[in-house]
Amino acid sequence: MSDLPKLEISRRGVLAGTAVTAVLTGNPALGAHPTPTQGEAAPPMPVRFTVNGQDQRLSLDPRTTLLDALREHLHLTGTKKGCDHGQCGACTVLANGRRINACLSLAVMHEGDEITTIEGLGTPEKLHPIQAAFVKYDGYQCGYCTPGQICSAVAVLDEIARGVPSHVQADLMAAPRPTNLELRERMSGNICRCGAYSNIAEALAEVVGPAAAGAKA
Amino acid sequence: MRAFTYERAKDPIAAARAVAERPGAKFIAGGTNLLDLMKIEVETPTHLVDVQDLGFDRIEPTPEGGLRIGALVTNTDLAADARIRRDYAVLSRAILAGASGQLRTKAPTAGNLLQRTRCPYFYDTNMPCNKRQPGSGCAAIGGYSRPLGVIGVSKACIATFPGDMAVALRVLDAVVETVDAAGHRRAIPIAGFHRLWGDTPQQDTVLCPGELVTAVTLPRPLGGSHFYEKVRDRASFAFALVSVAAVIQPDGTGRAAFGGVAPRPWRVEAADLLLPQGAATVTARAFQGATPTRDNAFKLPLATRALAAVMAQAASRTKA
Ligand SMILES: Cc1cc2nc3c(=O)[nH]c(=O)nc-3n(C[C@H](O)[C@H](O)[C@H](O)COP(=O)(O)OP(=O)(O)OC[C@H]3O[C@@H](n4cnc5c(N)ncnc54)[C@H](O)[C@@H]3O)c2cc1C
Ligand code: SF4
Repeated sequence: MSDLPKLEISRRGVLAGTAVTAVLTGNPALGAHPTPTQGEAAPPMPVRFTVNGQDQRLSLDPRTTLLDALREHLHLTGTKKGCDHGQCGACTVLANGRRINACLSLAVMHEGDEITTIEGLGTPEKLHPIQAAFVKYDGYQCGYCTPGQICSAVAVLDEIARGVPSHVQADLMAAPRPTNLELRERMSGNICRCGAYSNIAEALAEVVGPAAAGAKA
Repeated sequence: MRAFTYERAKDPIAAARAVAERPGAKFIAGGTNLLDLMKIEVETPTHLVDVQDLGFDRIEPTPEGGLRIGALVTNTDLAADARIRRDYAVLSRAILAGASGQLRTKAPTAGNLLQRTRCPYFYDTNMPCNKRQPGSGCAAIGGYSRPLGVIGVSKACIATFPGDMAVALRVLDAVVETVDAAGHRRAIPIAGFHRLWGDTPQQDTVLCPGELVTAVTLPRPLGGSHFYEKVRDRASFAFALVSVAAVIQPDGTGRAAFGGVAPRPWRVEAADLLLPQGAATVTARAFQGATPTRDNAFKLPLATRALAAVMAQAASRTKA
């Protein structure tokens, strides 16, 4: 990865360009901009939390979502803005180890929290096992939803380990198992418009181990 | 989004006072419904009072043999609690059928109960909507009404309460506990918590301004088999077209409440008594006086079929 020539054009630059066309065609979907604000701003508020283990102190308009704080203020642009309404999951991050939609949370609500984003899970040299599995199984096409998919998947495996039940579990009292059916249900808050779902399920199956994933729910 | 100021409340009465004394102030819990609506300026609070530090985050036994669920227990933690899974499985099932893993982690009990309707015109600020802007009219009447209500609706508004958790709470006869700015406490049976719209669809519940939800209590367990059958346009992460929460006893008696059909979880106790006579008899009584539109009339047979499916499962469990 690191010996590739550095590309002058970033994904962000491309998206900023295409957002104009998206507006012209009346399609608000590519919302890589901060949430529009109107009226006089309230005085900025201080907020302190850690992101990927690093202490961060910010002074923010209270309207700033956690997602905009990460992307626009801390320049951690790995976390993506898809729908900005909790419907697509592209903005999924971990707050104190639990997955949330960063778009539907105010940054000032996270005083004292520990936030983990895709940048905090692995590095190009040392990928997180779920990142490595996504690469191996092509768990994406355009890659826009991928950071959210991976953060969500990290939390899904933790939820299964902690015994959090799911809609598809036949016996609510039994310990959940990471079957294909379970993984698909638990990942349903992450939409992939390229339709890489089956590859994502295969990537996760590899991470949980063939014995667990192959079992019927 | 309109500008607002923000505070994190440290005690319940101070929180209630902060909202009651300031027109335009609102509580915020998980924020997953309120911020969604603030982004499109359907909601325009001028001040937010964050309730996350108020400590209502436990599930405790009551002296009556039931459970008291703190208003801040998240949907994920509530559905996963071993006592809920064992004794109130209909509640775990209903929560798990709703929203996504991310949203359930963020949203607590109180926010879920107070989520607003998903009527598409309520979300579209270019369209008339009595609920959003009282007196402006209702674009859904004569418009696109497929997801909307078939019973308990009014000439002013035909929207539904969209949530799943509350439908299970209705079948369990839960009680919502509140405190206001003066420190007065109220216990509101879930049956009367959400309003029928009438002429004032802008008001979703019987809560007064600044009245803070502190807990939801469940009576003693009912026993029986518990079901939440949700029919929706995709297999996961979609609101209900119709849902049925039911507790069925081995002798075929029981209770059933319906979601996705009315301004509140819809349960008619007189219809419950007809359960041994089959699903069609129950829904004929429960939906007596229904006023569906051409586009959502399908919800009536769908409710019957969903209940029939539940009753068939209950019967096969009894046999097994
Ligand atoms: C994409 C998407 C899909 C969804 N799908 C489903 C679904 O299938 N089924 C379902 O049931 N739900 C679904 N939901 C709704 C979700 O369950 C709600 O958004 C959530 O439960 C709201 O909880 P919250 O704490 O985040 O509420 P908030 O947004 O914080 O608050 C909601 C309302 O409650 C008030 N409030 C909060 N706490 C208190 C309190 N203690 N006392 C008094 N008032 C209070 C607030 O002022 C506000 O008016 C979905 C949401 C999204 C975004
Ligand atoms: S049904 Fe209710 S929420 Fe929908 S447009 Fe009419 S008044 Fe508004």
